[in-house]
Amino acid sequence: MEDERGGAPVTVLVNGQRREVRTEPDTALLYVLRNHLGLKGTRFGCGLGLCGACLVLVDGQPAYSCDMPLWAVRDKEITTVEGLGMAGQPHPVTKALIAGQAAQCGYCLSGVIIAAAALLKRNPDPSDEEVRGALDGNLCRCGSHNRIVRAVLAAAAELRAGPQDRAHL
Amino acid sequence: MSAAKGIVLPPSLAANPRLGDWLRVRPGGVKDGSAEGGVVEGGVVEGGVVEGGIVEVWPGKVELGQGVLTALAQVAAEELDVGLGRVRMMPAVTGLSPDEGYTAGSMSVQYSGAALRLVCAEARGLYLAAAAARLGVTEDKLTVADGEFGAPDGRATSYWELADDRLLDRLATGGYPPKPVSAYRLVGTSAPRLDLPDKLTGRPRYAHDLSPDGLCYGRVVRPPARGATLTGLDTTAALALPGVLTVIRDGSFLGVVAEREEVALRAADRLRAGAVWDRHPTLPDAADLPGFLVGAPAETTVLAETTVLAETTVLAETMVSAETTGSAETGEPPALGQVGASYEATYHRPYLAHASMGPSTATALATADNSDHASDSGSASDSGSAQNGPRLRVWSHTQGVYQLRAELARALALDPGDITVTHVAGAGCYGHNGADDAALDAALLALAVPGRPVQVVWSRADELGWAPFGAAAVVRLAADTDPAGEVLSWRHEIWGNGHSTRPGSNPAGPAALLAASHRAGGADIEPAAEPPMARGGGAGRNAVPPYAFPAHQVVNHRLLEMPLRVSALRSLGAFVNVFAAESFLDELAAAAGRDPVEYRLSHLADPRARAVVEAAARRSGWDDWPARRAEDAGHGIGFARYKNSAAYCAVVAEVTAVTEVRVRRLTIAVDAGLIINPDGAANQVEGGAIQAVSWTLKEQVRFDRYGVTSDTWETYPILTFSEVPAVDVELLPGDGNPALGIGETAQGPTAAAIGNAVYDALGVRVRTLPLTEENVVAAMEA
Repeated sequence: MEDERGGAPVTVLVNGQRREVRTEPDTALLYVLRNHLGLKGTRFGCGLGLCGACLVLVDGQPAYSCDMPLWAVRDKEITTVEGLGMAGQPHPVTKALIAGQAAQCGYCLSGVIIAAAALLKRNPDPSDEEVRGALDGNLCRCGSHNRIVRAVLAAAAELRAGPQDRAHL
Repeated sequence: MSAAKGIVLPPSLAANPRLGDWLRVRPGGVKDGSAEGGVVEGGVVEGGVVEGGIVEVWPGKVELGQGVLTALAQVAAEELDVGLGRVRMMPAVTGLSPDEGYTAGSMSVQYSGAALRLVCAEARGLYLAAAAARLGVTEDKLTVADGEFGAPDGRATSYWELADDRLLDRLATGGYPPKPVSAYRLVGTSAPRLDLPDKLTGRPRYAHDLSPDGLCYGRVVRPPARGATLTGLDTTAALALPGVLTVIRDGSFLGVVAEREEVALRAADRLRAGAVWDRHPTLPDAADLPGFLVGAPAETTVLAETTVLAETTVLAETMVSAETTGSAETGEPPALGQVGASYEATYHRPYLAHASMGPSTATALATADNSDHASDSGSASDSGSAQNGPRLRVWSHTQGVYQLRAELARALALDPGDITVTHVAGAGCYGHNGADDAALDAALLALAVPGRPVQVVWSRADELGWAPFGAAAVVRLAADTDPAGEVLSWRHEIWGNGHSTRPGSNPAGPAALLAASHRAGGADIEPAAEPPMARGGGAGRNAVPPYAFPAHQVVNHRLLEMPLRVSALRSLGAFVNVFAAESFLDELAAAAGRDPVEYRLSHLADPRARAVVEAAARRSGWDDWPARRAEDAGHGIGFARYKNSAAYCAVVAEVTAVTEVRVRRLTIAVDAGLIINPDGAANQVEGGAIQAVSWTLKEQVRFDRYGVTSDTWETYPILTFSEVPAVDVELLPGDGNPALGIGETAQGPTAAAIGNAVYDALGVRVRTLPLTEENVVAAMEA
C-alpha cells in the first residue's frame, strides 16, 4: 500500500468535495489541508490549539486543525476559510474586515473569520462583549482587535438586514 | 556625484542612485490582480488585466504587515501621476532591489518615501520631456493624468507608449522638484491596503505558503538547554520513517528533511528521543534578574550630558543609592538655583518575546554543478561541506535581504554573489525574530538535498524559546528639584544588553545566526553594541529627556555577556526608558503636588510636544476625570517623541485596578508631520499601543538556569480580545512638516501612561514590569 513517500489513502470531505490524500491516520488535519490539498488559508500558529490561526469548521463547529488527527474527522464535513463564501463572493465577515481595513499582518485572520462566522450563525446579533468572548481563542499580535470586533459587528448587521445572505453561512 | 548642485539626496537614494533600480515602466496588460509583490515562485499570481500598463516600484523596504508598501505605492503614484492601481510594489530581492538596509526603526516612510518621491518626480520629468518631444509641444502644455500625457489639441501619449528602460538608466540628480503638499491628491488619503484582499481570502501570500515543485520539508531539533552540546545520536528510528530523505548533524545542529511535513515532524520527535545532550546551567537566577543586570560585567558610557554644571547633586554622584530623600545633600550651584529636594527611583523590565503569530520560516534551494554533493537518501550527511560552489536561493521574511545574504555567505563560506535572497511576507515580526535564523536552517538542510527546495517552519516552542528577545533592563532615575518642584537636573542610568544582534551588526564576530552558533566550531553570538545616539541609540533610545531641564546626564552600562540572546524588539530601549522616565516624572509631580499634565507642560518647550500632550489630555477629558472617576479607577499620561527625532506621541490611559490591572481606554495624540495614509497610520499607532498594553500588563520571558520555560501561549500569555481596551487615536495636522516615523511611537508612552494610571488608582508606584498581580502586590508590600 505504501510508496516511497509513505502514507496510505484516506478520504476527506473538505468544502463540499471528497478528496483523497495519502498520509497516516494520525496526521494533523492542518497539514492535509495546507500541503496535500493546497488550501493555504488555514495557518499554523502553535500546534497546540492555543492561538486559533488554524481554525476550521468541522460539521459547522470551530475546531483547531493543528492538533486534530485525521482519523477524528473521517466522514465529517470540513469547511476552511476558502470554502466559507459563495463562489467569487467572500463571506460577509471577510468583506467587512477588508472594508474596515481590520488587519495589519493578517496572519491570524483566517482563524478569526472562521470563529466569527460560527458565532454569527449561532448568535446573529451579538454584543461587542460577546464578539470579544467568541474571539478570545484567537490571538492577534498586531493589535487589530478593535477593528476586527467592529467588522464582525458590521457583518452581523449586514447579515440581519439581508436574509438571503444567510446562505453564506 | 550625481546630485544636482545644492541637492542632498536622501541616504538610500544616494547609496542607490540609478533611477531604473527603483522604477520600471511596463507596457501592456499585466496579469496580476494583487497590486503588490507577485513574483514569488510557488506563490500565486492571478487576477485581472490593467489596460495600458503599470509601473513596477522596487523599494528596498519590505512589508512587515503594517502596510508600508501601500504607503510607498501612494508616494510613487502621486509623483508619477498614475492611478494607485497601476503601481506594483515588488518584493525586495538581492541583486535587483536597491539596498536600503533594514526595514526597521520607523524609517521606511521617512527615508524610502523620500527616495521614491525624488525618483518618481525625476522619472515623471524625463517621461514628460519624452512626451513633449513625441507630441511636438512644449512640456508646459502637457497635462498628466493616470499615466497619460495629453496635449492641448487632444493628442496623447503615455508612460506605456513611451516605455523605454534607457530613459531611467541614469543616476538621480534630485533636480526635479517633487509636488508641493498642497498639490497632493493621493498622499494623505486612506487608500486601502493593497495586500489585504489576498491575505484575508486565504490566497497564498505568506512565506509559509510557498509550494514550489519538488518541495520537501525540514525541521530542526534544538538543544534542550542553552549551551547544551550533542554528545550522542541514534538516527535509526527517524530514518526508518518512510519519506525521510536525510538527517543532518553538524556539531550540535540537528535537522531532518522529509517528503511530507507530517513526516518531518514525526522524524524530528524521533531524533529528539535519540539525541543525548550534555547540558549545564548557563543562565542567571531569574528571581534576581535585576541583580544580575546591575552586577554583570559592563562597559559604562556617558551617552549624553549637558555641558553645564556637572557639580549638581544628582550629576555629581556616580551612583545614587538612597531611597527617595526629602532634602538636598549639597549646596546650590548658582546657575541652577536652589535645590529643594532630590529623588531617585529604580525601574525594571523583563525580557520580552516578539511572539509573532506565524512562527519563523524560510525556504531554500541549493543547486550544485557537482553531483558528488548530493547526499545519500537516508544517511546522515555533513551540511558543512559546501565546496564546489553551490548556488543558493532563499525565500525569507527577513527585514533585510542584503544583510541576510551577507551573513549567510559568511556562515556558509559562500560568495554572496552565489546567494539570492527574496523577501516574502511573514506574520508581523515587530523586530528581529527568528526570520534570519530560519533562513540559515533552511539553507543548511537544502545544501544536504541539492535540487530540492526545503521549507523549514519553526515550532511555537522554538519561536518563543529560541528567537531573540527584547532586552531586559534596569533603569535608575535621579533628579534634583527646586523648592517649587521644577526639575533642575536629571540623571538616567541604564543597565542591560544592547539591542541589536541582527545579521551584519558585528562583521568581526561570529555569524549572528542561531544555527551557526550550534554547528561544529560555532561560537556564541556576541553581545550587542550600542549604536550612536545620533542614530537613535539602542539601550539609550529615548533616555535623553525631551524636557527643558537645565542639566541632564544619561549613562549606559552595556553588558558584556549575553546569557539570553537579545535583539531588536519594536522601540528597543525606548519602551523601558520612557516607562521609567515618565513614571519618575509623575513621581516628581506628585511630590510637588502638581497635576501630571500641567507639570509636563511646565517643562516642555517644543511646541509640537506641548500640542500632543494638550491634545491627548483634552480628548481624554483629563480635566473632567474627578467627576467621572469610577471606583478602583485611575488615569495617567505618558509622552515621548520616538528616538527624540520621529513622531511625537502622548497617551492617556484609564485603568481599573484592585490587584489585577485592566486597561479600559487609551487616548492617543500623535504628530507625525505629513501622513501618507491616515487610516494606516492610525491603525499602526493603535496596534502598537495595544501591543504595548500586552507587554506592560502580561509579558515576561520566564527561564530557569538551563533555558527558557515560557515556550507556549499558556506560559507566555498575551492580551486577548476581551482584555483589549478601547483606543482612540488623534492624528494632529501635518502643518507642512515632513513625514516622521510612526510605527513604534506609542510603545513607551503607553506603558508609562498605564503605570501612572495604576498609581492614580492604587496610590502605589509599581516600578517592575509587567504590572501583574504579583508585581503589584510586591509593590504594595514594599
